[in-house]
Amino acid sequence: MVPMEPPGQRGFPNEGVRMESAVHALSLLSVDETKDAFSHGDTAWVLASAALVLLMTPGLAFFYGGMVRVKSVLNMLMMSFIAIGIVSVLWVLYGFSIAFDQTGNGFMGGFGQLGLNNAVHTLASVNGATYNIPVLAFSMFQLMFAIITPALISGAIADRAKFVGWSVFVTLWTTIVYFPVAHWVFDFGNSSGHHAGWLAHWGVEDFAGGTAVHINAGAAGLALAIVLGKRNGWPRAQFKPHNLPLVMLGAGLLWFGWFGFNAGSALGANGLAALAFTNTQVATASAMLGWLIVEKIRDGHPTSLGAASGAVAGLVAITPACAFIVPWAAVVLGLLAGAICALAVALKFRFGFDDSLDVVGVHLVGGIVGTLYLGFMSTDKVVGAGGAAAKGLFYGGGLTQLGKQAGGAGAVLVYSFTIAFILGWVIDKTIGFRLDEEDEVSGIDLFEHAESGYDLAPSGGSGIFQPSTHTKTEEVPA
Amino acid sequence: MKLITAVIKPHKLDEVKAALETFGVQGMTVSEASGYGRQRGHTEVYRGAEYTVDLVPKVRLEVLVDDADVLEVVDVIVKSAQTGRIGDGKVWTTAIEDVVRVRTGEHGADAL
Repeated sequence: MVPMEPPGQRGFPNEGVRMESAVHALSLLSVDETKDAFSHGDTAWVLASAALVLLMTPGLAFFYGGMVRVKSVLNMLMMSFIAIGIVSVLWVLYGFSIAFDQTGNGFMGGFGQLGLNNAVHTLASVNGATYNIPVLAFSMFQLMFAIITPALISGAIADRAKFVGWSVFVTLWTTIVYFPVAHWVFDFGNSSGHHAGWLAHWGVEDFAGGTAVHINAGAAGLALAIVLGKRNGWPRAQFKPHNLPLVMLGAGLLWFGWFGFNAGSALGANGLAALAFTNTQVATASAMLGWLIVEKIRDGHPTSLGAASGAVAGLVAITPACAFIVPWAAVVLGLLAGAICALAVALKFRFGFDDSLDVVGVHLVGGIVGTLYLGFMSTDKVVGAGGAAAKGLFYGGGLTQLGKQAGGAGAVLVYSFTIAFILGWVIDKTIGFRLDEEDEVSGIDLFEHAESGYDLAPSGGSGIFQPSTHTKTEEVPA
Repeated sequence: MKLITAVIKPHKLDEVKAALETFGVQGMTVSEASGYGRQRGHTEVYRGAEYTVDLVPKVRLEVLVDDADVLEVVDVIVKSAQTGRIGDGKVWTTAIEDVVRVRTGEHGADAL
C-alpha cells in the first residue's frame, strides 16, 4: 500500500517536485524486485477505478445526448463512443508512451512503451513516488482519462460536425494535445524526479485533471465552436433539450464514475483516496445547491437541468483540488463553482459563439475555478505519497502557489485552444468538418448514421400502422 | 347530421366523455393535439436561456350526431369541459353529408 508519508521523507532531489498529482508512471523494476511490495488491495482499487472512469464516457454521452434535439441524439452519443474506440487503440500504440514513458523531456514522454510490450510484467509503477500496482493497471486507469477528454469537447459542436471529420480530429487532437499535456501535468518522472512533465516539475497542483482534462477540453471546445460556427438558427430558434431524464441519468453516471476518476487518482486504497472521495461527494452536492440557488433567484424555478449541470460543474471543479484541500473547503469550492458556472453559461450569448452544450461554461470555467482555488486553499495538512501539498495563500504560502496554478491553467488553455483551432480549420478545409446546412436541418442522425434515435410516431412502425420496409439483401420489388 | 369537434384541456377528457355517455352518445374519436388560443403558450428556461413554447397540449374530441341532438350535445361538452380559466378550448360544428357504417353498409342517421 502507499504510505502517507511526512513531508520530505521521500527525499526528492529537486525541491520543486512534490507529489502533487495523482498520476504516476513506471519504472521497469523486474518482477522479482517488486513482488514483496506488490499490493493486491491497491491494484484492485485502481482496476475498479479504471472501470468506473470508463463508465463516465457513456454517462457523458447520455448527459449530452438528452440535451440535443431528437434528430441529433444518436450522433451526440456516437461522438463519445467513437472516442472510446479510437483513443483505446492509440493508447496501446503510442499514447501511453508519449504521456508516461520516463525517457522523454518536460514536453513529452519517450518511446519506450510503444505497443505496451514492456509493461506486461511490471508490477510497480513509479511516478515520482513508487506505487505497488502493475504498470498495466496504471496504464488502463490513465487510458480512461484520455478517452473522456476528447469526448467532453463534442458538446461544443452538437448537431453539426461531420462524423469522419470528428473522428480525425479526435485522433489528431489526442495525439498532439492530450498525450503531451497529460505528460506535462501527470508525469512526475522516475524515482529521482527526472524526466517529469514541466508543469508537474514546476509544482502545479492538479490531482485528477482540472488542467489536463477540463481546461484542456474546454479550450478545445471553444476553438471548435468558433471554427465550425453556429448551428442553423442559433440563438433564435428553439434548441431546448429533448430528453431531460436522459440528462439526469447521465449526470448520475458521471457522479458515480467520478469517484474512480478522483479517488482512484490516489493510485492506492488509502487515506488520500478517502479524502478525494469525501471532497468529491461534498463539493458536487454543494455545487448542485449553488446552481439551483442562482436559478431560483434569477429565473424563479430550480430546474432538473440545473441540478444535473450544477453537479457536473462541482465534479469538474473538485477534480484538481480533491486531495489537496480539507472537506469544508470542498463545500465552499462546490458552492462557488455551481454559482459561477450557472452564470458563465450565459457568456456564449454575450459573445455569440454557439458552444451548444456549455463545454466552456462548465468545463473550462469550472476547471479554472478549481485549479485557481488551490492557490488559496491548498493545505500542507494533506500529505500524499510524494509529500505534503503546497500551502496556498490562506495557509500562509503567499502568492507562489496561486501563480503556479494560474500559469498551469493558462499554458494548457493556450496550447489546447491554438492546436484545436488549427486542426479544426485544416480538417474543415480538407476533408470537411461542418455539416451542410440541408443535412443539419433534416437531422444529423439520418445523414451521418442512417438511423433515428426514437421510433415513437405511429408511422414509424412502432404504432399500429405497419409501413412496408425491406432489407438490403431482399429484392426490391419493381 | 353534424360533426361536433371540441378542443379541450387534456385533464377534462374523462369528465366530458362520461357526460357524453350519460347523454347517450354512442361513440367518439379522441386524438392528442397541440395549439394555442388567447392564452398563448408558456415560457421554459434551460440553463438561463428562455424559450417561449407557443403550442400547448390539448385533446381533440370528435362526435357525429343527429341534427336534433346538436345543441344539447354541444351544451353537454361545454358544461363538462369548463373550468372558467383561460385555455378551456373551443367547440364547433360542421355539416356532414353522409355517414356509412363500414360493417353493415347502413347510411345516414342509421349509421350513427
